[in-house]
Parts: sequence; C-alpha cells; structure tokens
Amino acid sequence: MSSEQNSNAKTYFWNDEKTRAILYQIVTAAFVAFIGYYLISNVQTNMEKQSIASGFGFIEKEAAFEIGESLIEYSAADTYGRALLVGVLNTLKVSLIGMILTTILGTFIGVCTLSTNWLISKIGTMYVELFQNIPVLLQLFFFYALFYEIFPAPRQALNPITGVFITNRGIDFPVPASDPVWGYIGLAFVAACIVIWLVRRWAVKRQERSGQQFPTFWVGLGILLGLPLLTWIVNGAPTEMDVPVLKGFNFQGGRNISPEFSALLIGLVLYTASFIAQIVRAGIQSISHGQTEAAMSIGLKPGLVLKLVIFPQALRVIVPPLTSQLLNLTKNSSLAVAIGFPDFVQVAGTTINQTGQAVEGVAMMMVVYLTFSLLTSAFMNWYNKKIKIVER
Amino acid sequence: MKLWKSLFIGCSLVAVSAGLAFADNGDTLKDVQAKGFIQVGVNGDLFGFGKADQKGVWKGLDVDTARAIAVAVFGEYKDRLRYTPLTAKTRFTALQSKEIDVLTRNCTQTLGRDTSLGLDFVQVNYYDGQGFMVPKALGVKSAKELGGATVCVLPGTTTEQNAADFFRSNNMEWKTVTIENTAELSQAFWAGRCDVLTSDASQLAGLRASAPKPEDYTILPEIISKEPLAPAVRHGDNQWKDIVNYSVLAMINAEELGITSANVDEMLKSKDPKIQRFLGVSPGNGAALGIDEKFAYNIIKQVGNYSEVFERNVGVNTPLGIERGLNALWTDGGLMYSPPFK
Repeated sequence: MSSEQNSNAKTYFWNDEKTRAILYQIVTAAFVAFIGYYLISNVQTNMEKQSIASGFGFIEKEAAFEIGESLIEYSAADTYGRALLVGVLNTLKVSLIGMILTTILGTFIGVCTLSTNWLISKIGTMYVELFQNIPVLLQLFFFYALFYEIFPAPRQALNPITGVFITNRGIDFPVPASDPVWGYIGLAFVAACIVIWLVRRWAVKRQERSGQQFPTFWVGLGILLGLPLLTWIVNGAPTEMDVPVLKGFNFQGGRNISPEFSALLIGLVLYTASFIAQIVRAGIQSISHGQTEAAMSIGLKPGLVLKLVIFPQALRVIVPPLTSQLLNLTKNSSLAVAIGFPDFVQVAGTTINQTGQAVEGVAMMMVVYLTFSLLTSAFMNWYNKKIKIVER
Repeated sequence: MKLWKSLFIGCSLVAVSAGLAFADNGDTLKDVQAKGFIQVGVNGDLFGFGKADQKGVWKGLDVDTARAIAVAVFGEYKDRLRYTPLTAKTRFTALQSKEIDVLTRNCTQTLGRDTSLGLDFVQVNYYDGQGFMVPKALGVKSAKELGGATVCVLPGTTTEQNAADFFRSNNMEWKTVTIENTAELSQAFWAGRCDVLTSDASQLAGLRASAPKPEDYTILPEIISKEPLAPAVRHGDNQWKDIVNYSVLAMINAEELGITSANVDEMLKSKDPKIQRFLGVSPGNGAALGIDEKFAYNIIKQVGNYSEVFERNVGVNTPLGIERGLNALWTDGGLMYSPPFK
C-alpha cells in the first residue's frame, strides 16, 4: 500500500497522460492564436506601409457602375452595398433554380441508366459520360457562344409564339400587366398548398384506419389549380398583358431571360446532373434485389414498389453525396464571371477593382459562399435525418 | 501521433504565411538585378499595346515601354523581361502583391487609384479618351443616339464608370454586358450580343483591327473621357519609380532632341551639351538614378524614340491607323513633354 503511494507521488505531472493532453491542447490553441495574430497584424502593417485603404467604409459609397441584370431596383447611383446585394441575389437565383432543376434531371437520368430498355439505358449512360467528362467552364463557354452565334439580332427576332421573341439578347416574353389580382393569386396558391397538406394528412390517417385509399394526387392537383383560378375569376379575370415591343435597339416591356443567365443555368444543370445521375443509380443499385421480390410477393404494384420500398431505402445512400453535388453547383456558379453573368463574384471583383480593397472583398466572398454552403448543408442534413431508418 | 501531425501542420502554416505575407516595398531595383529579369504586367489581348504575335514575340506600345525599362536596368532587353498577361480586374492586385515589378498595361491614371491602391503612376505613355464602337449597319451617327442600347464593357475599368456617368448624365437607358476577358468580350460583340463596345479609343482601334470584318464597324466621334494611360509601380519605392519614369521620358526627350535609333551613334559626337548629357557622354544622369550612364543611349539604340515606338505599334501605317493627336510632342501641339535631362 505505502509503496504504491510512493510510486504515485513520484509521477510528475508531465508524465500524467490527462494533464499532458490538456497541456498540448493549450499549446496548440496558443499557437493557432499566434499565427492568426501574426497574419492579421502583418497584413495590416503592410497595407498601411503601401498606403492601401482598408475598412468597410466603401460600402456606403456610390458604386458608379451598372449591373446587367438585377432582381431588385439598381442603378449606378446606388451604393456598393446595394450592388453587392444585387450580386448575392443573382448568385442565389441561379443556385436555387439550378439545384432544383439538376436534382430532377439527375434523378431522371439516373433512373434511365437502370432502365431495362437498351436504348434508354444507353442514352442515359452516354449523357453521363459526355457531361461529366467535359470541364464545366468549357460547357459554359459553349452554351454562351451557342446563344449569341445562333440566334438573330433583335431586328430579325424569332417569333415562335405571339409575344415571345428569341434573339441574341435572350428570350423576351410577355407577363401579365401589374394588377393587385396577381398578389391575391399568389396568396391563393399558398393557401392551396396548406389545404393539400391537410388533405394528405387526413387521407393517410383514414387509410391507416380503414384501409381505404383516397386519390390525393388528383384532388391535390384540382385544389392547386382551382383555387388560384377561382380567385382570378372572382376578381374580374384581368387579361391585360405586358408584351415586349421592339423599340430602338432592344425589346422593351415584358420580361427578359438573358443569354448569360441561360448559359450559366443550362451549363451548371447539365454538368451537375451527370454526377447526380451516378449517385441515384448507385443508391438504387445498393438495395438488394430481394427487397423488390419481397415487395412484389406481397402484391404491391411496380410503381408502389419503387415508391414505398426502394426509394425510402435508396435515399439514405443518395442524400449525403447529393448534398455535396448541390454545394458544388453553388460554388461552380462563380464561373459566371467568365461569361458575363453578374453574380456575386463578379460584382465583388469589380468592387475590389474600383476600391482597391482586396482583403475586405475576398473576405466578403468567403463569408457569402460559406453561408450559402452551410445553409444548404443544414437543410440537407435535416432532410437526411428525417428520412433515416426509424428504429423502434 | 495526432499531436505531431497538428504541430507539423501548424509549423508549415507559419512557414507558408511568412512566405506569402506582403514583404516590405523596399528595393525593387535590387530584387530585379538579383533575379536578372523584370516581371512585367501587360495586357496580353490588346493589339498595338500588348499582345504576343503568332510566333510568341510580344509586341506593342506597352511592351516597348517595358523594354525601355529593361534596357535602362540591364543594358539589353533580350531575355530580361518576363510577361504576365493581366485582366483589368487582376492588374493592380498583381502589382500590390509583388507578383510583378512594373505594370505597363494601358492603365488610366486617376486620383483614386494613385492614393487608395498603394501604387504610383509615372509619365503617361499614351493620352487616350473613351469612345464607342458600333456596327455600321445600325446607322448610328452619334453617341447621343445610344439610348436603350446594350453595351459591352470590361468590368472593373474606368470605362465602365465613365459609360455609366455618360448615360446617366444624358438620361438614357442602357444595359451592360460585362465579360472579364477582352478576347471573350470582343467575340460577344462581333457576334452581336451587344450593340456597342465601349473602351478607350485606342483599344477600340486595336480591337477593330482584329475583327473578322473590320470595315463593318465604326468608332463614333464622341470622346467622353480623359484616359491618361501610364505605367505604374508600387508606392514607396522612389528609386524604382524614378528609373521607370525616366525610361519613358528618355524616349520622349530623344524625339524632342531629334535622336532616333538610326542616328544615335552619330549623335554621340554631338557638341550640344543637352545631347551629351542625355546620352551619357557627359556623365551624371545614370549615377543619379543608380543605373548605367548610357541608359538613354541604350534605350534609343535598342527600342527607339517615342515617335518610332508610336508609329511602329499604333501609328497611321499600322492596322490601328491612329494619328499622333494628343500624343504628339508639345512642340507639335500635343501633350508629350519631357523635363530636361540634367
């Protein structure tokens, strides 16, 4: 007993594993803090020495440059802050639309590659091989060049449907002239979505109770279309349209989808979809064939086999890599600079150039993309949790 | 094990950051002499100013300016220059971060750039102004008729802001298409993506010369801005700035004194004290700058005077066909003027 105590007393604290671990942590933390301090102070003193301006004061200054397209009102008289906001919104626009479209297209192609039909499965495979093996920047250049080389100048615009004009300036199409009704219809649409959600809950409960099925899909579609339509009719069914008209150099009025935006969207969607197709294919193939056979043997129809048995299990394999592909799409959207779509990187780049404040500009770029990526990840992780195996 | 790994990563981080950190602006001349060449930022896409020809030989007014600087430092320019093609957006950062030693890339000198970007401009090597180029087929005669037009412009340039000012002050609507790369931008313009291409008039002439059908395009008469294009160096290195400055001025001074690459050897025998001082026959200038006494002689002998450089790259007998105009000597009604070399 006493000899044991003796040996304990002789153990110096640096020989104790726990204390040592804590010590190492402290040393490492101090080290990292020192590096951070060193880098920041170094940049600061050197910028002062080179008399480069610093700080975020420029955000309040007049930007004095135009931006090609914007979701909010913007002119050269606005501030750098607003210009940057326009850039953020443009990046958001192309990323969000891109993510939705690429998920749909990728899933479709993925299912195609597994088709028992030889032609369909080969077309799917060819798509994947073609698009995933060409650098995305090249694809962007290609689609952009396609737009302005193929389509005619505004004065010789293609006019496939009344009011729709396709030119090398993009696609101009009519939109309903502004009227409060369109706001109400938007509300009606939201209301319809809520009603459908309630109906679906009720239908599921009823089926669990009585085994009777309810045509949720058709009823839902009816509500989704019917409610806004009813609102429109009740409010006097306005039909006035804001039609694009050729005035001077360009079409005025209506809405325009620019070649830059279209090329960027198409390029990103097609490229990313080829990866998603592979992920979906792998996910479905990871489910053993026995599952299908078992589901068939209890009398489920093929569609229901996919919906109730295969997909819920495959999704668990699909979602994590899908997340990283969607993140890739957002990050790749910064290639917009090359084809002139005014995304955040382009606006921030111009801001850096006009103000000379590269450190602040690059810091903002990092913050914006980090935020986008973390938000996407958070959403996908939530979804992943929701679909994982519920163990009872 | 993990610990050693993180320690190792930490150490390498410090090493890398120390390497990356902006060093002192210090002594560019010494750096350049030590490495044996000058890293120069050029345009890369601009015919007449900075572009490599089919054989990979760099040509242009800005390239010749860089050559003059190299000759001043090394006595020759062959193998003494390395070119970094830069876009309008990357040019200043490249200079700030010491990626290049001098920037000769048709840059407009402005107060804002001079102060907040941490750089200094030297003698202007081309007085320019912003213009508009349109296809002749549009039938536009004046820039005032451009309301509603789509305009191709390089992002991050003074031209982008000038154009915004011009359309705003004339109450005209417009749309921009901004593509960073000059070649891509002009490609979009030739294909008709925009109605107008706006840039410095000299650039427009240079781009038109490289168009698929140059005769289809016209440059509108309005010049809407002042664009003094000047080489730039980092702020705070006064000796290097002086060398760059007087390399450019040497070419102008030579033209004033009537010295050309053809007659410079004869001029060595001149009795004129101005010429003797300029060519280093009577020494002083070189020592003051910390370079060879014969730097001016070498520049004129190997690169030529300003008139030769101008006519060779952008003058009336080149595809650009630009008159001297503002870039003539002050004695001929232009703005080119050199302080005395003494």
